[in-house]
Amino acid sequence: MVEQTEAPHQLETNTTSWKLLFTCWLIAMLATLGSLFFSEIMGLIPCELCWYQRIFIYPLAVMLFIALHPLDTRVVRYALPLAIIGTLFTLYHCLLFYGLIPENLQPCRQGVSCSDEGMVLMGVLPIPLLSLAAFGMIAGLLLKIRTLAK
Amino acid sequence: MKQGHFTLIAILLMVVAFVAATMFHSSGEEKAMNERVSNNSTALIKDYSVKAGNPNAKVTLVEFMDPACGTCAQFHPFVKQLMQQQAGKMNLVIRYLPFHQGSDRMVAMLEAARKQDKFWEVLELMFATQAQWTINHVAQPDVFMGFIDRAGVDVARIKQDMNNPEIAKIIQQDMADGKLLGANKTPSFFVNGKPLPSFGYQQLQTLVESEVNVNY
Repeated sequence: MVEQTEAPHQLETNTTSWKLLFTCWLIAMLATLGSLFFSEIMGLIPCELCWYQRIFIYPLAVMLFIALHPLDTRVVRYALPLAIIGTLFTLYHCLLFYGLIPENLQPCRQGVSCSDEGMVLMGVLPIPLLSLAAFGMIAGLLLKIRTLAK
Repeated sequence: MKQGHFTLIAILLMVVAFVAATMFHSSGEEKAMNERVSNNSTALIKDYSVKAGNPNAKVTLVEFMDPACGTCAQFHPFVKQLMQQQAGKMNLVIRYLPFHQGSDRMVAMLEAARKQDKFWEVLELMFATQAQWTINHVAQPDVFMGFIDRAGVDVARIKQDMNNPEIAKIIQQDMADGKLLGANKTPSFFVNGKPLPSFGYQQLQTLVESEVNVNY
């Protein structure tokens, strides 16, 4: 919370934290809307790993928004575990996607494979990589906010 | 509050971008779908396909369906009703997209029943009893075989005929044609080669009626 009696340097820290948190929220929102666009509008069927990643990104979009108004940097405590678990899922997904882990180890069911070539947007952007970037950036920024708050 | 304005603007921008992207995507998709169908018009109907209605009708409804698909079962009475309403003016072609596990065996039963002139009777029975033999989206052909005799078929002959290797070829061809035409869900409808603009009873009826009006 922003207190009335804060020292100037504290206010500055808060402004920086707010900006960082805002960026986190923006990324979470883009990832949320993007994933919904892929599945609901473009009709791509989410593979099993995509579902796990969705589970960890959707609450971030809501939670981080709440923490912005008013600024509550304690949100890092709740948001960081989600971001880290999400990052682990995306890492695993990327390893699968690029064939660094053999196909038979993957938990996807028949129908939609997690290493499907359909996961490449416009021929250049693989969705697992986008997801890794989103989770990684959120986790990194949250860690930064945590250091600022100390 | 300044920060509040910031988030509000961000939300508005994202919503606008989402809606714009959706509109852009669907207009491109509609064009692509129509192009796909006109480039692959021979994939719509095959000589071997099951047909119903007046063969000389000027309106042809092609339905890609899966016996184990719940929506196909729900649509079936409606398609029959449409056929009655437009009797003589439209005909129906059935193509198979057995996406559900085990459903290819259901298609094999239909093709076997066809040899006894009982295709529609067996299809009716399949749709009417679907909940009993489709468990967790997996078709159980053996369960259905237990009461297929209700459709008045020679069960022993069905069991024999459904192993005909030709049936697997038909399914393969139908699946390949479905892919060419962009029919990736069941049921998928094409009226005189035109896909539904969006999925629904009303959309199907409107498209059929407009084709009847144009051709009669």
